Amino acid sequence: MHEIVEKPLLRISTAGSVDDGKSTLIGRLLYDSKSIWEDHLEEVSRSRVNRAAHGPDLSLLTDGLRAEREQGITIDVAYRYFGTPRRKFIVADTPGHEQYTRNMATGASTADVAILLVDARKGILPQTVRHATIAWLLGVRKLAFAVNKMDLEGFHHEVFVRIQKQSEELLATLVGATASYFPISALDGDNVVEPSKRTPWYKGPSLLDWLENVDAEPASDGPFRMAVQLVIRPHLDFRGYAGQIASGTIRPGDAIRIQPTGTPARIKRIVSFDGDLDKAWAPMSITLELDREIDASRGDWITAASSTPQRARRLKTTIVWMNEEPAREGAAYLLQHGTRITPVRLARIAERLDPATQTQVRTNELRLNDIGLVELETADALPFDLYRENRATGAFILIDRLSNLTLGAGLIESSLDDEHHSGSLHSSERAALFGHRPCLIDLSERPELAPALERHLLLRHSHALILENEDVPADFLLDAGLLVVATTPRPEAAVQASGLSSDPATAIAELLEALHHAGVFALEDDYVEGEGI
Amino acid sequence: MSQLALPHLRYLEAEAIHILRETAAQFRKPLLLYSIGKDSSVLVHLARKAFFPGKIPFPLLHIDTTYEYPEMIEFRDRFTKEIGAELRVYTNRAAVEAGANPYDLGTAKCCHLLRTRALVEGLKEGAYDAAIGGGRRDEERSRAKERVFSFRDREGQWDPRNQRPELWNLYNGRVDPGESIRVFPISNWTESDVWRYIEVEKIPLVPLYFAEPRQVVVRKDTLIPLEANVKLLPGETPVTETCRMRSLGCTPCSGAIRSKARTAGEILVELSVFRRSERENRVIDHDQEGSMELKKREGYF
Ligand SMILES: Nc1nc2c(ncn2[C@@H]2O[C@H](COP(=O)(O)OP(=O)(O)O)[C@@H](O)[C@H]2O)c(=O)[nH]1
Ligand SMILES: [Mg+2]
Repeated sequence: MHEIVEKPLLRISTAGSVDDGKSTLIGRLLYDSKSIWEDHLEEVSRSRVNRAAHGPDLSLLTDGLRAEREQGITIDVAYRYFGTPRRKFIVADTPGHEQYTRNMATGASTADVAILLVDARKGILPQTVRHATIAWLLGVRKLAFAVNKMDLEGFHHEVFVRIQKQSEELLATLVGATASYFPISALDGDNVVEPSKRTPWYKGPSLLDWLENVDAEPASDGPFRMAVQLVIRPHLDFRGYAGQIASGTIRPGDAIRIQPTGTPARIKRIVSFDGDLDKAWAPMSITLELDREIDASRGDWITAASSTPQRARRLKTTIVWMNEEPAREGAAYLLQHGTRITPVRLARIAERLDPATQTQVRTNELRLNDIGLVELETADALPFDLYRENRATGAFILIDRLSNLTLGAGLIESSLDDEHHSGSLHSSERAALFGHRPCLIDLSERPELAPALERHLLLRHSHALILENEDVPADFLLDAGLLVVATTPRPEAAVQASGLSSDPATAIAELLEALHHAGVFALEDDYVEGEGI
Repeated sequence: MSQLALPHLRYLEAEAIHILRETAAQFRKPLLLYSIGKDSSVLVHLARKAFFPGKIPFPLLHIDTTYEYPEMIEFRDRFTKEIGAELRVYTNRAAVEAGANPYDLGTAKCCHLLRTRALVEGLKEGAYDAAIGGGRRDEERSRAKERVFSFRDREGQWDPRNQRPELWNLYNGRVDPGESIRVFPISNWTESDVWRYIEVEKIPLVPLYFAEPRQVVVRKDTLIPLEANVKLLPGETPVTETCRMRSLGCTPCSGAIRSKARTAGEILVELSVFRRSERENRVIDHDQEGSMELKKREGYF
């Protein structure tokens, strides 16, 4: 007897135009793998709506909302579960309508493979290209083209071959994607679970056969990454960092770094309810104890010391916009990456991708369901990997600070900080690096305080200098990001020396207070308002 | 390259622990809805794992309809004490005192008062901003559509057509005062996943889940165990049947099934030949097509 080796769970997402048969196919997979309860099937059979040519309307098994059954369409993602002795599956049934593209992207975000439904009578439609492109953008590399409704085309080989040819142009644009093709009838079940007698020319596996055997890329490959979800401190002698491993493996003794600080440490123990582990890998949820006391908390990443992520505040990203209110250049939102939430500004919306034609269109806003190339500036520097290299550390969502809604999904394409190293420094970047913004201080009423103030500022690592020559304009020094302490009258100065205490020490304290008040050191607060830097 | 894979039960476990930890970290005042049933027993077990070696950092709330099986209450008190969890109990006192019962009100109305209203009020009273529940997407079609972090407005209502997109494992739990999130860590589990997990993790359960000879009345196709609260209808006589509960609810409204399964392992064997869903034995879900969606919109779990 052969021992059945269980394959890891496979997450599937469906895609394709309206009425290509996505929901029916899933109903068929559930039904034929006996993963559907009879009473659920009876409920469906009793339903007032039935759009199937014959037999029960299997699409009703997944279209679970009243509005969906009444309108006969899929509106929101539904997750369904089925299994065979070889493997368990989670399948996302997604809507085909263009206005629900965001829900299709949601289903693809966690999928290992995508099944692309194609109506044998219609061939590849713009919506097929759109969905294939979105699935690919979101990191799905294994595509199954299910050429459906073959029963309506007499199961002709030529129809199948023509659609296969038609798809080649599309595939050429999806770098790294591989495709498999299945001639099926979701309604009758041909080649879905069992090979069909009606397609003698087809020698490949049934769709389910393929799903049972396809290899998903295991996340345990790749460098170690784990976002700290929380610090577990039941008593003073224990400090554990809890999180789910996003990629890679970890063992006690391994060298790690906390990001974004870069602080090094080693793993002391991998703690679990069932005893310490000598090894853990993605996607396990674990608790790590480190060999030294360091400052790490929710929002930080623990990464392999040998292969650290990039770090940047300016990012080039692809964003799928999911809200009715368009995204505009300059707008400020919150960005959630791993377990960190940080203010972000859409510095530039460069272009919109039309996934149906795969062309780029210049724009400065993104509407509902648009996919665009966007340059972001975050308040905190983010440790990250490119999305195409690591789905967990390269993904983020955008959240509205007022409505709390999830507005969009983002994929990190590259860092823009490097470009700035070669080009001129952006004032916001300089302010972030200096730890303060430029400011002109008029001490003409109390010039004797200038050296003490300069010393104070330098001691707190600010970049300050004294300007004694009244003929030298302060502008270029301010452009260089400096704190300029002028001893001659400067009416335009943001901070003046009038009304200061006669005691020098108190006067210096008052000046520092005035600088704080002017927002010179308050970088992040200003940023939150979406202006300033 | 290493090719380490995680068996699917461990994958589901890791996902659930991640969700529980996100809930503890993102909310001011979360709680866990503890119904004493198998799904919430699994949840409690997962929560113990998630925060080990610490304690579960939120209370367990039991909505007591006063129609619970005595065995359940006894189990609840013993088990929560054993694991050192903080237990809170809430009842819609006003409704109970006004004599709410399924015979006079009908199951739908009774359920609305004693479960849904009690839950919404219990959450409001404690100003909880997140409630963790054991709902699974495979239970019913409308649940299959629900997010893991599912938003509820100030009235505790769910708007299925207006749900927050939920991508990857990035859960958005931001809410304004009065609003809340229902959290479903075992969304992706099936009934057999739950039983398999109970078996491998040796999770203790209320004995009602296991087959034993019990005094029941046969009502329509359902066996209703005889408890203090169950009234005999005209023409009904008690009989003894070897049976077990597949899903627990109130005494008058949940049915047992004929079964000889006395362990989680035996239940799994039974499940593999079962063709009908567990909710079918809950009388309450048959009221009308799509009734679960309606109840959920009003704030039911
Ligand atoms: N003849 C035939 N009809 C099909 C087949 N698959 C789906 N349909 C019908 O096509 C229509 C749309 O199916 P549905 O599953 O709702 O499509 P979706 O919009 O992609 O989810 C329904 O009337 C189905 O009964 C098939 O293989 N053959
Ligand atoms: Mg559909």
